[in-house]
Amino acid sequence: MIRFEDVYKRYPNGREALGGISFALERGEMAFLTGPSGAGKSTLLKLIALIERPTRGAVIVNSRNTAGVSRRSVPGFRRRIGVVFQDHKLLHDRAVFDNVALPLVIAGYGPRETGRRVRAALDQVGLRGRERDAPITLSTGEQQRVGIARAVASRPDVVIADEPTGNLDPELSLEIMRLLERFHEVGVTLLIATHDLKLVEHLGHRTIRLVAGEIAADGLAPGGSEPHRPTTPDSTSPDRHGSRYRD
Amino acid sequence: MIEATTRYFGLHAQNLSGALGRLLRHPLGSLLTVLVIAIALALPAGMRVFLTNVGALSGSWEGAADFTVYLDDAVTEERARELAGEIDARADVDQVDFISRADALEAFRAQSGFGEALDALEDNPLPHALVVRPDQSAVDEMQALAESLDALEETAQVQLDTEWVARLRAMLELVERTVDIVSALVALAVVLVIGNTIRLEINNRSTEIEVMKLVGGSDGFIRRPFLYLGFCYGLAGALIAALLVAAALALLEAPARALAELYASVYTLMGLGWRDTVILVGGGAALGWAGAWIAAARHLRAIEPT
Repeated sequence: MIRFEDVYKRYPNGREALGGISFALERGEMAFLTGPSGAGKSTLLKLIALIERPTRGAVIVNSRNTAGVSRRSVPGFRRRIGVVFQDHKLLHDRAVFDNVALPLVIAGYGPRETGRRVRAALDQVGLRGRERDAPITLSTGEQQRVGIARAVASRPDVVIADEPTGNLDPELSLEIMRLLERFHEVGVTLLIATHDLKLVEHLGHRTIRLVAGEIAADGLAPGGSEPHRPTTPDSTSPDRHGSRYRD
Repeated sequence: MIEATTRYFGLHAQNLSGALGRLLRHPLGSLLTVLVIAIALALPAGMRVFLTNVGALSGSWEGAADFTVYLDDAVTEERARELAGEIDARADVDQVDFISRADALEAFRAQSGFGEALDALEDNPLPHALVVRPDQSAVDEMQALAESLDALEETAQVQLDTEWVARLRAMLELVERTVDIVSALVALAVVLVIGNTIRLEINNRSTEIEVMKLVGGSDGFIRRPFLYLGFCYGLAGALIAALLVAAALALLEAPARALAELYASVYTLMGLGWRDTVILVGGGAALGWAGAWIAAARHLRAIEPT
């Protein structure tokens, strides 16, 4: 679903953000991307969303090599990827409904189908009935959940999240991660960049650790309760990790 | 198919109402921009109306461009009619009217009020006359035509004020050309004003544009609201320009009528007319669209998610 083959990324200013990255994320797999600031986490996600292009190597998303996606085809390519941001990037001049509806309107869904999908997405993130609220009236955690609803509203195959819990306290962070896990359970491929190691250990999914633009470790996070399993989302259960994190 | 079409038009209707909403949300700023556009557009539109009126007036003076060829007393009516036919056949002549001395006397009697005095005369003192209207394309050769008419042996006198006609025509042409240049400059100004307004709007909404690009909005989708905004600016400006011209005409109507009455004429001012109003409003909207397009093409690409 996501495959990196010996990917290098050097920015025009000469800084090498990624130096020879290779890994693959299978369909329906969930993984964390960790590492210190400046290790290349954001760059890696940007290559997936075609915000940046690799200097060398191949990035394959949804069985499509990003090198073959022309500038004109980028929008269509991005519609199959959901992106969650640290600062949620909500539009504050419109209601929650319109924020979540944005990718659906862009994809050309009619008003009825859009309404149905928006309500479904808001329901999934626990914000049913808040459609008419202005984002500014919501708490930070709720705003992030709107951001997630927007990312999944058009039911993309791949969801990437860049520090989705960066601004949240531990309890809200866990809540958001649990929410993302639920999408993993219904078969969405998820890659989440985070520096919250405690949370990663607690949740125990596959973890790719970047250091200075290279993969330093790839496998199950230490402390996780399960071995790394690439797929079969139906075999996972919502509460398999217990509630140790709240202690 | 039907659903897709409905959705397409729905999207456009949404963009249009969105653009109107945006204009109304900042009424003062929008109004100022619209007024600038309106005043700019009213300038050439008003000048065109002025030209139309002058053109119509000078049309009624066009008779002044005719030659009157007074014939020798000795020329018979048959010969005069023959001569009229000969002159009419010339390429530089549009039309020749023969006025017999009897007709001339009748007309003079009716118009001058000297009827009784004329009755006192034994003979008709008036000569036969030919009214020669030069061909429109031959305006520059009027002098030559006058000379050749004068050279005819039957001619007693040729009367024409060519210089006056030439001056008026030259002046009208100059004004017309000026209006063309002013129109072109105003069109450019409107494109620039709207382009700049849209550029500011794009900068103000860069976050929104970035998010739209991130969730897969195509260039066309992102550009469309701005095009509609430019369209609305241009349309509103042109509509107000048409109102300004109408208001100016209303102010000028009374003095114009007073002036016409002094000349015992019933001339009434002509307004923009349907055709010119449609051109003005359509042109304004098109200029708005064009200005927005240029701004969008230049500035939307620069906003990329980072």
